[in-house]
Amino acid sequence: MIKVDGIHKSFGKVHAVRGVSFGAPDGKITGLLGPNGAGKSTTLRVLYTVLKPDQGSASIDGSDVVTDSLSARQKIGALPHGAGLYPQLTARENIAYYARLCGLDKSEIDDKVAGMITMLEIEDFADRRTKGFSQGQRTKISLARALVHDPQNVILDEPTNGLDVMATRSLRRLILKLKDAGRCVLFSSHVMQEVAALCDDICIIANGQVAIDDSIDGIRERTGQEDLEEAFVTAIQMVGDE
Amino acid sequence: MRTLFTVFFKEILDNIRDRRTLASALIMGPIFGPVMFAFVINMSIDRALDDAESTMELPVIGQEHAPNLMRFLESRNIDIVAGPDRAGGAQEAVKTGLHDVILVVPEGFGEQLADTIPARVELYSDEANSQGEKESRRARYALQAYNQQLAAIRITARGINPSVLRPINVDEIDVSTPSGRSAMLLGMMSYFFIFALLMGGMYLAIDTTAGERERGSLEPLLSLPVTRGRLILGKILATCVFMAASLMLSLLSFYVVLEFMPLEQLGMTPNFTLPVVAAAFLLLLPFILLGAAVMTLVASFTKSYKEAQTWLSVVLVAPTLPILIVSILTLRPKLEFMFIPSLSQHLILVDMVKNEPINGLHVAISVISTLLLGALLTWVCARLYRREGLLG
Repeated sequence: MIKVDGIHKSFGKVHAVRGVSFGAPDGKITGLLGPNGAGKSTTLRVLYTVLKPDQGSASIDGSDVVTDSLSARQKIGALPHGAGLYPQLTARENIAYYARLCGLDKSEIDDKVAGMITMLEIEDFADRRTKGFSQGQRTKISLARALVHDPQNVILDEPTNGLDVMATRSLRRLILKLKDAGRCVLFSSHVMQEVAALCDDICIIANGQVAIDDSIDGIRERTGQEDLEEAFVTAIQMVGDE
Repeated sequence: MRTLFTVFFKEILDNIRDRRTLASALIMGPIFGPVMFAFVINMSIDRALDDAESTMELPVIGQEHAPNLMRFLESRNIDIVAGPDRAGGAQEAVKTGLHDVILVVPEGFGEQLADTIPARVELYSDEANSQGEKESRRARYALQAYNQQLAAIRITARGINPSVLRPINVDEIDVSTPSGRSAMLLGMMSYFFIFALLMGGMYLAIDTTAGERERGSLEPLLSLPVTRGRLILGKILATCVFMAASLMLSLLSFYVVLEFMPLEQLGMTPNFTLPVVAAAFLLLLPFILLGAAVMTLVASFTKSYKEAQTWLSVVLVAPTLPILIVSILTLRPKLEFMFIPSLSQHLILVDMVKNEPINGLHVAISVISTLLLGALLTWVCARLYRREGLLG
């Protein structure tokens, strides 16, 4: 379970996040939706503890991301935007490296890594060095290593970027699997349809603020738009008008 | 501890698999230095040997006018060969580079000698050509010697002791030992070692921050449940291992190169035996930590891999500065110098190669001060690895 409570973050003069609050419960998929530069990535980076909020707080299963960041990191698997691999290591070695760093038991590392490889359907290139892999292949491996330690909370920053239809579909199936396993999944996107196809709750942010935090039907209702894209645009404008 | 070793072994594996990086780290540094060194030494040996021992060919026009002179020149290891046919051809032959030096003995040489008129010979050479300059110098010395011999004979014939022509006799006595002479030439080798050890770790040092960031692997790495201090320590440790390997290779390749170089012919016998190689390795070991920390620190402030490379090439040159200053001012080793990394190692290494007694206190100060500075900078690296700006 992820809780975000009024966080602010500035980079120099740019006030990227201005008081964002929302929650992402276990067993549900929560979408963080917003146009480019809305503050989605910054919010997620605060959650996986590489940034500290200027104000406000956030916690992962009760562990504060600032005061108890090591324990917060233990409970999350994060896929940052544009995550890179080690090109000289094979896919399997990339995943195993993270498994070891996460403190997995030596005896179970091989099995866990093999399990992730099967689950993400990357057997074909698991033992090749990742140099020259396609975007889709890289994303799958990045995801596998983020999930190898079985985290309760999964944070994905624009995971479908650069993926083709087939890869996107298999990613969706995986996210749904995680949901069924009772995990808390939080993922960001700037595509309304994609979020709508997966999420139980959607938090639309624009200009560093939360515009609407509701279910899909709730968003339709509150914006008065039946069409999802129109609803998205209307929600963004609601923030701009304030 | 486990995190540290996990990072350490991964970095080792990663770096070993990167052939290009490995080649530049472990081959460029250690091999480049000794090869260049061998090249320079061989050239100076060639030149030194050329001057004294080798036979030089001297084209002479008009040999028949001075048979005694020709015999004298031959006795000084100068081969007389036929020059161009015409006397006027000498200038052209030297100008066009056909010959470096040509001696012309005019027809009246014999008569002039007999009449004790200064007998004229012409020596053509091109002073702008360094080879020609050397040969003409040798020919000139030989002619001077002949000149002195004739003068002595003439004076003796008139009943005067030839030594009146030599009021002063200068005896030069060189007090340097063969090992000491080599130190001058081998002084530059301590820099080759420092260069090689820095080269060995340069790519890993960049990779720790700028490289990981550029690849996009830094952010996921930092989101793992590990403390950043362990991550950076593991990386610096791996960097140190490659630096040590590079240092060892460079010491050994120097050792091999020196074995094959006829340094005795230059009057040098450097004390660079295998025990000295081992001692030099231990002496330079503290500098490895310092170098790794400095390179990692500098790279962490850069925005990209390229920028890091640019800055680190400055770091590669920095250790030469104190060595250069002390060499130019020709200062003797002093206690204060031992607090300066790179300089202290250089001075102690020179003493080792000169086979002079090593001051234990100097070694202790060098090792401890370099290690302390290295540890301090490693700590600074770990502190800086925690800041947000690291992500760029």
